[in-house]
Amino acid sequence: MANKTNAATAVSPAKTAFATRGASARQKLLAFSSLVLLVIVFSILSPNFFQPYNLIAIMLATAVNGVLAIGVTFVIITGGIDLSVGTTMTFTAVMAAQTVAVWNLPVALGVLTALIVGAICGLASGVMVAKFKIPPFIATLGMNMLTKGLSLIIAHSKPIYFTNAPSFSKISMGTMFPFLQNFQIPNAVIILFVLAVLASFVLNNTIFGRYTFAIGSNEEAVRLSGINTDRWKIAVYAVNGLICGIAGVLIASRLNSAQPALGQGYELDAIAAAVIGGTSLSGGEGTILGTIIGAFIMSTLTNGLRILSVPQEWQIVTTGIIIIFAVYMDMLRKRR
Amino acid sequence: MAEPIIVVRNLSKAFPGVQALKDVQFDLYPGEVHTLVGENGAGKSTLMKILSGVYQRDSGEILIGGKPVEINTPRAAQRLGISIIHQELNLMNHLTAAQNIFIGKEPRRAGGFFLDEKAINAKAKALFDMLHVDLDPRVKVGELTIAKQQMVEIVKALSFDARVLIMDEPTSPLNEAEVEELFEIIRHLRAQGVGIVYISHRMDELFRISDRITVLRDGQYMGTYRASETNLDQVISLMVGRKIDESARRVPKGKPGEVVLEVRNLNRGRLVKNVSFTVRRGEILGFAGLMGAGRTEVARAVFGADPVDSGEIYVKGKKVVIRHPRDAAKHGIGYLSEDRKRYGLAVGMSVIDNICMTDLPTFINSLGVLKPKKMEKTASEQIQALSIKTPSLLQKVKFLSGGNQQKVVVAKWLVKNCDVLFFDEPTRGIDVGAKQEIYQLLNELASLGKAIVMISSELPEILRMSDRIVVMCEGRITGELDGSTATEEAIMKLATQRETMMKTA
Repeated sequence: MANKTNAATAVSPAKTAFATRGASARQKLLAFSSLVLLVIVFSILSPNFFQPYNLIAIMLATAVNGVLAIGVTFVIITGGIDLSVGTTMTFTAVMAAQTVAVWNLPVALGVLTALIVGAICGLASGVMVAKFKIPPFIATLGMNMLTKGLSLIIAHSKPIYFTNAPSFSKISMGTMFPFLQNFQIPNAVIILFVLAVLASFVLNNTIFGRYTFAIGSNEEAVRLSGINTDRWKIAVYAVNGLICGIAGVLIASRLNSAQPALGQGYELDAIAAAVIGGTSLSGGEGTILGTIIGAFIMSTLTNGLRILSVPQEWQIVTTGIIIIFAVYMDMLRKRR
Repeated sequence: MAEPIIVVRNLSKAFPGVQALKDVQFDLYPGEVHTLVGENGAGKSTLMKILSGVYQRDSGEILIGGKPVEINTPRAAQRLGISIIHQELNLMNHLTAAQNIFIGKEPRRAGGFFLDEKAINAKAKALFDMLHVDLDPRVKVGELTIAKQQMVEIVKALSFDARVLIMDEPTSPLNEAEVEELFEIIRHLRAQGVGIVYISHRMDELFRISDRITVLRDGQYMGTYRASETNLDQVISLMVGRKIDESARRVPKGKPGEVVLEVRNLNRGRLVKNVSFTVRRGEILGFAGLMGAGRTEVARAVFGADPVDSGEIYVKGKKVVIRHPRDAAKHGIGYLSEDRKRYGLAVGMSVIDNICMTDLPTFINSLGVLKPKKMEKTASEQIQALSIKTPSLLQKVKFLSGGNQQKVVVAKWLVKNCDVLFFDEPTRGIDVGAKQEIYQLLNELASLGKAIVMISSELPEILRMSDRIVVMCEGRITGELDGSTATEEAIMKLATQRETMMKTA
């Protein structure tokens, strides 16, 4: 399909269009080939790396960060940022646990609570950004602390375990394909991929997606075209919040508990995944596929370095270098 | 003749301190190109902004289709069939041409939430075909040339069923071939009965595209003429026929001294073509021209702020290489930017810090610690020499008046011992009283033996201050005039002398 669009562009007199499209494709290819390269290198360095159980471990480790990164990709494409996704995720997990484990309500209701709470948090950030004109960095930093504090208050600073609802952990750790004997993909991974496909479709084929890009590209022009940009921006933050709710359910289910102290730092991993995948922090550009690749690069790196017994401190250093390198490549591409 | 689409009667608009429009008349018929001309600040843009709902009028009437209307917002203007194409295009670079055109009114599939990309592209293609524009609707706008982006804007405006299209200086970023292409489109639009309001600085275009011409001067209506019944000289004299205060004209004190700066065959892109000039000690050289003529670009290139393609620069007879502003400063060349707040001053910092900033290494001891006494002494000297009005050395620059801010910038360069000072629009955004002070300052600097290059778009200012006047148009120097004998008309003619005109003339 990529070939088809290229051919169509080349017909037009704008030769530069052809060249830059090539560059954009190269960037996506770069991210993907980096991932492939990582897998090959680790496979050579350690016999334990390319094993079904380890690949599943990588995917499972990607699930939560991947889901958060999908949500934050929408926000970043509008030219905004959300620093509250990690703590909002935790807050939704705590609320789900409160519903299921403390109030003894059905699991489905717990899931619903997480989604609604997430959407409300996102909506609040959106209103602060769009209506009160608070810079997204500050508004969501406030939301980060706010949700973190609320999580600790509600859970009395202690983990809440789903002892009364064993089925809750099945949401993440169960599998829809029990027949694949050695390769039982956990539901969390399947949910990640389904969400990715859905998000990608929404971004490219709906009004919502179109305005997400348009606002990031030139908000004033969108406003002058008679579109209520505030409302769409709020919607983007709300959808991101909803997706945090999904991540909250996944992590609570995987840990079979809500850990109120967890969450801070996840937002940076999610943003890093989006950026490595080619989403531009200045807005207007980004793909879900890129973000997923970015999330996989991060988890593959962590996993591989751990297998090679690289100390955790050095794993963090390496991730930092990778992020700087990815953004530098993006800058080079834009400078032309 | 058909009924006019728009009739404007006795329109007035004031901004604090300026009467931008006074009793202005204007009308527009379907299928005509009505051009608005006037100097910078004559009120053209204000009139257009009122018609497109950006500003509100103070008094007067606007009739559309014979009925009085209120145009309170850009949306209201769109609903009335008035679209405007601003000088700065309002497009989303990351979206395709078709997506830009149909933003906010995308064709949708059942359900109303899903986009019908095929329909968007097909509709855009149909609009392009109607105007004979050769453009792929699927190309991202950021990858198009400015000329093509402009066409996307035009098509976007038309997709609102515009009956009136206002174009503000559409040709300023275009080259000759692109201008012709744009005119072709304008002719198609005219044939389809769209009324076009055209604003331009380029005098030759007036007679190529206009049916009628309305002249504004200092916010006043000077008259409307059929293009076939007037000529360039008449239009120019209507535009600039303002009396100048002759007594204020600068009298050079003694002979100008040696040549301090000589620029030979400077080239940079489209806006600096084969520019050569000299400046002498004690002289004020005026750079006249319309906005976008390339004057600022010349100054920036000489100053090393932008790389040059070719050319030679001599300071006091010696050839120098300037690749960076610090090279220029080393050779005694200073540049005072038009936008003081962005490029000239750290407005949040104190007067003393700003004055000493360019030359900080001379204010430190061997340990790298600043010597406040020495800084105070230098700053006080400058404050006295330039009579900068500030309550203290520690006053933040942002609390000073425009004129005094300008003086602080000058002080910065005097501290560096500059011999050549480029002033880019030194009085822009400064009130009348402060202007006098700036003029006095320029005269004093000249009599101190500095060589001054003053870029200004205000003709009276150029005439009043300059010993010699260099006029630029489209990157070339089109002529040099003696300051004591030059007239506004003579400058205007040179300032609008485009390459194509010279060939035909």
